[in-house]
Amino acid sequence: MKAGEELTPLVKEPVSRVQLVRYAGASGDFNPIHWDPERGAEMGLGGVIAHGMLSMGFLGQYAAGIGGAENVQRLKVRFGAMVRPGDVLTCKGVVREVDGTRATLDIWAENQDGEKVTTGEAEVEIG
Amino acid sequence: MTLDRSLVGTATEPQTFDIEKGAIVRLAEAIGDPCPEYLNGTVAPPTFPTLFNFRLRHPALEAIDPARFIHGDQEYVYERPLRAGDRVTCVTKIAGVTEKETKLGTATFVVTETEGRDDDGELVFTGRATLIVR
Repeated sequence: MKAGEELTPLVKEPVSRVQLVRYAGASGDFNPIHWDPERGAEMGLGGVIAHGMLSMGFLGQYAAGIGGAENVQRLKVRFGAMVRPGDVLTCKGVVREVDGTRATLDIWAENQDGEKVTTGEAEVEIG
Repeated sequence: MTLDRSLVGTATEPQTFDIEKGAIVRLAEAIGDPCPEYLNGTVAPPTFPTLFNFRLRHPALEAIDPARFIHGDQEYVYERPLRAGDRVTCVTKIAGVTEKETKLGTATFVVTETEGRDDDGELVFTGRATLIVR
């Protein structure tokens, strides 16, 4: 692994309404904007939107897929655009820096239109 | 309690969490993460501390309708991975409160910092989040 190297993309299954309900249950985040279309519309969101943390979860999967389950030392993301049921997210990334056995990765999740919805960075141990 | 700069530095009461295998498995399944160590519930995925949020809500944020919150950003830094059987005690403090103009109107940006420590008081993870309140 070396700086500038592109990481193999990870294409996730389309985000589904059931997944959002499941994520709500698993995470304890029952904010109605993630499962109640009426509340979502009322808040000006045009329906339900995915938990930001779900897309961060996808990027956590991506980082752990590179470094290993126990080797994600830092994960930071910014939630840029809304994700809705039916969206297909793809995790992509580039190696920013390698320092000994630690790699810093620029990673992001983009939707089917190529829009970056969640952008961030990860530090993984690659020993 | 109004959401303003006077809250900076204030914190939640410490909350202790037992990391349960089933909770790890459910999170990995909801994410669709096939990592064997996550799916068998031995090691927690890096976003696991999101499960602690519901009991680490600062009183000033508790009073606000959850539908008004948008998650702006999130960071987790690990000293070591969280594993099933671990017990961590967490405190969340408010690190910043700022009013900003957004595409959706004026909003309050609240930065929170969470520390999770084991029973020996050793730091296990740090979380930092920006919550946007509309």
